[in-house]
Amino acid sequence: MATLADPSTQIQARKAGFVNEVAAVARRALRATKRDPESVVPALIIPVFFFIVNVGALQDLAETLPGLDYKAFQLPVAIIFAVTGISRAPTLVLDIQSGYFDRLSLTPINRLALLFGLMVADFVLVVTLTLPVVALGFIVGVRFESGPVGVIVFVLISGIWGLVYTGFPYAIAFKTGNPAAVNTSFLLFFPFAFLTTAFLPKDAMTGWLSAVATYNPVTYLLEGLRSLLMVGWDVEALLKGLAAVLGVGVVSMTLALLALRGRTLRR
Amino acid sequence: MEQHAIHTEGIVRDYGGVRAVDGINLSVSEGEIYAFLGPNGAGKTTLVRMLTTLLMPTEGRATVAGHDIVSEAREVRLLIGAALQDASLDNKQTGRELIKLQGRLYGLSGKQIDMRIKALEPLMDIGDAIDRLIGGYSGGMKRRLDLATALVHNPKVLFLDEPTTGLDPVGRARVWEEVRSINKDLGVTIFLTTHYLEEADSLAQRVGIINLGKLVAEGTPAELKRTIGTDIIVATIEGDPAIAARALRMVAQVEQVDIYDDVLSIGVTNGVEAMSDVALALSRTGARVKELTLRTPTLDDVFLQATGNRLDADSFSSLSIDGRGSG
Repeated sequence: MATLADPSTQIQARKAGFVNEVAAVARRALRATKRDPESVVPALIIPVFFFIVNVGALQDLAETLPGLDYKAFQLPVAIIFAVTGISRAPTLVLDIQSGYFDRLSLTPINRLALLFGLMVADFVLVVTLTLPVVALGFIVGVRFESGPVGVIVFVLISGIWGLVYTGFPYAIAFKTGNPAAVNTSFLLFFPFAFLTTAFLPKDAMTGWLSAVATYNPVTYLLEGLRSLLMVGWDVEALLKGLAAVLGVGVVSMTLALLALRGRTLRR
Repeated sequence: MEQHAIHTEGIVRDYGGVRAVDGINLSVSEGEIYAFLGPNGAGKTTLVRMLTTLLMPTEGRATVAGHDIVSEAREVRLLIGAALQDASLDNKQTGRELIKLQGRLYGLSGKQIDMRIKALEPLMDIGDAIDRLIGGYSGGMKRRLDLATALVHNPKVLFLDEPTTGLDPVGRARVWEEVRSINKDLGVTIFLTTHYLEEADSLAQRVGIINLGKLVAEGTPAELKRTIGTDIIVATIEGDPAIAARALRMVAQVEQVDIYDDVLSIGVTNGVEAMSDVALALSRTGARVKELTLRTPTLDDVFLQATGNRLDADSFSSLSIDGRGSG
């Protein structure tokens, strides 16, 4: 065998720095996503499907309400369907099970970078996923009352929502290391997405559902997004929407960070 | 004072109510190859996981490369490399991507990583496959890539947990050659765990024998074998082995007799002198001697003496019948 003693053996390891660590983990996650397109295809098909079905089934009925553009009303719902639950948590579980997570943990990487690197990749992915849905909206005639900047804000808020939601599957992945358990995080999606104003404005909903929707943060997220489409710059609606996203984020990120700590605490 | 690459003091690890590692004290010098030999479940991997900072000790303390594994874990990680059991790699990356990511996490620049990949190419020996997805690699290729990945940052101490498990004899010999080369050419301290007697005997300058979480014997392979103080006569017989063993224990030079099916392992003070007496005693019991072999003690004999059990009865049996020992 050739000798290993060459000039490169003078190279010494050092701490890479948090930003470099996050970037390295994110690059790997994005590469894997590109090689694993089947993990994101449903996120493209499902929102388009629901958008077409909901608009097809309910547009005539819903537009009996004065001044309601039902396509614009439904577009944020499609976006929420596209970005909610998209994460690298299933891959993280595979890493934990295969021992690759241990290999990464053997390096001097800051433990937070193991999570934040994945989340940076998730943010890139969910923002990317909103683009075809927004394009679909334009194709069917939806217009943004808030203009081009409104489109960017719309995409960013949607991306931040997708990002904060990833805290739940990551928490489950770190806590259990079990792929089946991670899949159950999708169950959270149903109350978030359906017990809200997904199909009709709150005024048109029955009493109990209207009451539940009042406490569902997604209601305020949808109202904020809809305001960009249907009203223009409604600061109050946007702030309420952002507050709802941040509230969910505090809960999901706390759970994810606690689970990460438990996984890497070496107990 | 001599600087130890690895030093442990009464290190303990409990899982629930089970004590996996039970108060191990050991010191490994810089530049040494130290083998931790023991059966599956003896506590080898648990100790490696503690020394590589993946697991906290329940009690005791340890330093690796001069740093405490609990309070200075990140410093330890900068100075060690590890290839854990089952080549823990990411099948969705190429070999090059995997090494580059590893290099980045150790703060190496792109140019430095390229230099290291070039230096490690002979060790990996995977040719153009370095740019193919790891999922398509053979077991041997994965092992070599795993080893190269552990070396990308020039660690001072290298941990190899069961590095040859699952490899064929050719693959195993190749890993041994690589381990020797890493130790000799780079001066890397190597701590390896194994349940293969031959591996510990062939590779390590010192061997620690672990059983049920305790270090039961330690020394160079030659020192350990000398503690047996006897030669071994291996007899394969047709007849009642229990009767044969009783008769053998009456022979003056016989110190110990162990039975493995139709194989008797007979510890004697002087093998050459005792051979004829042993053959005579066996023939008097009416047993037909199919094979009678004299050999020097092996690490398995050391393990037997220290624990009362063979490390690998199957391998002992086959070695005895063939009349070959590992030591």
